[in-house]
Amino acid sequence: MTTLSLTVNGRQVSTEIDPRLNLADFLRDRLSLKGTHLGCEHGACGACTVLMDGMPIRSCITMAASCEGVEITTVEGYDDDPLMARLREAFREEHALQCGYCTPGMLATAHDIVSRLDRPDEDEIRAELAGCVCRCTGYRGIVRAIERCIAEKSA
Amino acid sequence: MKAPALEFHRPDTVEAAVAILAESDGAARILAGGQSLVPMLNLRVAFAETLVDIGAIRELAAIEDAGDHIRLGARVSHARIEDGEADGHCSGMLRHVARNIAYRAVRNRGTLGGSLAHADPAADWPVAMIALGADVEISGSNGNRKLPVEEFMLDVFTTVLQEDEMLTGICIPKVSPDLRWSFNKMRKKAGAFGEAIAAAVHDPESGVCRVVAGSSAIGGPQRFAMLETALHDGDVDDDAIQDALTQTIGPLDRYEMQIHTVCLRRAIEEVRT
Repeated sequence: MTTLSLTVNGRQVSTEIDPRLNLADFLRDRLSLKGTHLGCEHGACGACTVLMDGMPIRSCITMAASCEGVEITTVEGYDDDPLMARLREAFREEHALQCGYCTPGMLATAHDIVSRLDRPDEDEIRAELAGCVCRCTGYRGIVRAIERCIAEKSA
Repeated sequence: MKAPALEFHRPDTVEAAVAILAESDGAARILAGGQSLVPMLNLRVAFAETLVDIGAIRELAAIEDAGDHIRLGARVSHARIEDGEADGHCSGMLRHVARNIAYRAVRNRGTLGGSLAHADPAADWPVAMIALGADVEISGSNGNRKLPVEEFMLDVFTTVLQEDEMLTGICIPKVSPDLRWSFNKMRKKAGAFGEAIAAAVHDPESGVCRVVAGSSAIGGPQRFAMLETALHDGDVDDDAIQDALTQTIGPLDRYEMQIHTVCLRRAIEEVRT
């Protein structure tokens, strides 16, 4: 066992973990934060994407033991984030989800696209989304939701 | 799948990391961003009884101007390079290469040193670093050494690193502002590994001229001396590229020959025009 102290959704967590545990399993099984979804478990599908110190990362290929001292935000922890609130609205307005399995990862990725990039066009948005797989929507609604938030940002 | 049981260490100095490597008798591996190693551990195609996480070693995250070269600590992430923290060198080539590696979520964790030490034959940084004439710095029980990236990689997933050694930094020589570079990657989807990668660099001031290609099909990065001479003299056609590929790598099937030839041709044309 190894010790781990980190902040998850604003809450300080200090615990002992099995060193082979990945961050996604730690969040889901140890903290019962089931909103972080596991798809491929090797970094290809993007469903498990969460924010580490505000930046999107793959929680399935991040060892939990490597997360000492960091701040993790999962889909359960976005309540006080105005951009995330707007993204959620836009996702609803544009029908950017159907089954919802990819949505936690899509939101983390969309948040990064809107906040990090200045005025990305559709091609850039699609390239940025290439690491997140959605099997329901065909991406059109997701791209439109992100475009909406970008347009509002620079309005 | 999940990684098998393993021991985990998170030292805060290079000396402590090297000491753990030396004690583990080859059963330990360095964990940097883990964006290749962790999935490979999960899929049970890579093995480690002990992981030595270098994420707490602060000096390995430094980027410094060292006179005639820029030095990047081994665990500098692709995202930091993409965001321009190493800019002002190589006319934007570092930024371009970083931006086209995998996805932003992977680039936030994945590191330059990790990419070189992992030695995936289809990785981008080995090709780019050889094209730029970069050196790697290595620390081990018996002290430090420095050698060109070109000599660092021995084969597919194989480097010169000994069991008690780790890569600590990458030194990229400064180039003239007139440096012309090209970095071409053929892939089926944004974010995927390249099926063929080619880089060309030409510095009219120093006369430096390098042509490098890499991919799984050709077994990792290769320099093409014939094409470098031809580029310098100003005359490269597809026949010359195919001759160079055949002589350097051996026979390739038609598809591989085609994509590597086109990739190299584009790289060479871009530095010439």
